[in-house]
Amino acid sequence: MSISICNISKQFGDFVALKDVSLEVPSGSLLALLGPSGSGKTTLLRIIAGLEQADAGHIKVQDEDVSQLSARDREVGFVFQHYALFKHMSVFENIAFGMRVRHLKDAEVRPRVNELLHLVRLEGLGNRYPSELSGGQRQRVALARALAVKPRLLLLDEPFGALDAKVRQELRTWLRNLHEEMHVTTVFVTHDQEEAFEVADRVVVMKQGHIEQAGTPQDVFDHPATPFVMDFLGHVNVFHGRLEAGQMHLPGFAMEYPEYQNPVSRDATAYVRPHEVELDRTPQLETSLPVRVVHVNPAGPVTRVRLVSDAFGAAINVDLSPGRYRELALRPGDQVFATPKRLRVFLPDDYVI
Amino acid sequence: MWLSKSHRVLPGFHVGLGYTVTILTLLLILPLIACLFKVATLTPEQFFAAVWTERARAAYLLSFGASFVAAVINVAIGLLLAWVLVRYEFWGRRFLDSLIDLPFALPTAVAGLVFSSLLVKQGWYGQFLVPLGIKGAYSQLGIIIVLVFVGLPFVVRTVQPVLESLEGDTEEAAAMLGANRWQTMWRVLLPALQPSLMTGFALSFARGLGEYGSVIFISGNMPRKTEIAPVLIVARLEQFAYAEATAIAVVLMAMSLVSLALVNWLERRSRRYAP
Repeated sequence: MSISICNISKQFGDFVALKDVSLEVPSGSLLALLGPSGSGKTTLLRIIAGLEQADAGHIKVQDEDVSQLSARDREVGFVFQHYALFKHMSVFENIAFGMRVRHLKDAEVRPRVNELLHLVRLEGLGNRYPSELSGGQRQRVALARALAVKPRLLLLDEPFGALDAKVRQELRTWLRNLHEEMHVTTVFVTHDQEEAFEVADRVVVMKQGHIEQAGTPQDVFDHPATPFVMDFLGHVNVFHGRLEAGQMHLPGFAMEYPEYQNPVSRDATAYVRPHEVELDRTPQLETSLPVRVVHVNPAGPVTRVRLVSDAFGAAINVDLSPGRYRELALRPGDQVFATPKRLRVFLPDDYVI
Repeated sequence: MWLSKSHRVLPGFHVGLGYTVTILTLLLILPLIACLFKVATLTPEQFFAAVWTERARAAYLLSFGASFVAAVINVAIGLLLAWVLVRYEFWGRRFLDSLIDLPFALPTAVAGLVFSSLLVKQGWYGQFLVPLGIKGAYSQLGIIIVLVFVGLPFVVRTVQPVLESLEGDTEEAAAMLGANRWQTMWRVLLPALQPSLMTGFALSFARGLGEYGSVIFISGNMPRKTEIAPVLIVARLEQFAYAEATAIAVVLMAMSLVSLALVNWLERRSRRYAP
């Protein structure tokens, strides 16, 4: 089922949670609403669910306008950040709840619940109470409970937010696999860009009640539409300077930027991703920036190096491949030269080059 | 040593236990033993004759019956009050909230007097109720009314914190799964509140069993009709039949213990999901 979100606005008192938001969620997709807190992502999710009424605009599910339907008539599965399991019911009865309130016969309920217990890998735990489960298990029960009534859509509100890093990682992969199996149109809210990019096949970045950018993870990562998106997607290096005739001038050094050949100088902000900077013992270009190594973190698939430019005064983060790191044999205190390979420049009036 | 040698943050377990046992002995166990000693001066026949007269049986029945009915009513009223106080924001909420505790502080004799003056034929309530055949004053109904009054805070105060801790998303989850309001109430909210309702019930019931001051002013204290067991005890005392009075007290106490133990057991059973 596809979702069409048309011109949705929502205000809480003086606080504008959403202003004129429109978005298409294709059928069978797994979409992430990504943004900092207060960006309106949870409000949007709750409006899709019917838990919140929009002040203006409407929601369509597969061409049917559901704006006036109550939450319980929308046939939407919802997973809450803090699970919201029924504490006085066993795991089995939690999952069966949706079918029980529809007065389904026990003969129908039982096999369906067992099937779901299998799906969320909790076989044999049907008789436990939620208080006897771990956080990850509880969230899987919540998911099974939401799926039990065969919802048209599945909505998840920061589903892994309350879990520790390792469990979160596991559940991400598991949710991705589950989606491949079920193909229910799924929208989930997260403030974790890594999670969004790892799980979703569409990413929507939100800020202060509007959508900054929507697209595939590849699109959004490679072509960030605004400085906000660029900034939000990771530990990016930011340089404020002046742009003029193919060069970005910063206090102390310059970077090539051939896309802008206008001789008229203007203020600009350049963003450089940590893995798009090269380090060398000798300057690669005459514009390479002399820097001093401050800290090296070799744990993980990339080696993160923190450097400081003594002339320029600011810190720069660089990610090196482990191979390159061994070649350079960097130690704190070493003097090296940094050459940015790719910059993205945003001019203050939001004119994107 | 029956204690495992674990190191606690706060020392003094033995002192604490000794203190608890001493206080309990002085306050509860010794008075109880004193009662039993007093009763022991009676022969079994005398004991039975004192505690199992028709008048005494009627008094036990009324005491337990009225307390039970009042506690049931309190559960219903208290749940509703707690719900309103927790779930809605309105002007004067804090004032209402503090009003709930009034029955704790008010001398219950005052409550008995006020209610009997309200419920007599000329009273504010009585002028409407008595023509309808509802006699509140000097009746069993009157006893139930004052017991509801004195027991009300217990249910409100036990349910309130639990209701506050119930996250709104549990109800939202029920709605998302297709439950209507009625189903949400019966299948989700009430079962979650059940243990606290049971506790409130037990406290209100126990309070009713022990209540004396308000009841004597409203019931009329007619033997076999509106005489509760504590009043019967006082009646025996006034006849200088101390041993008989104590015998009735001991029976009342035993019945109270059994019924409270039963309620406690039910309560624990309803909490089984929260280890």
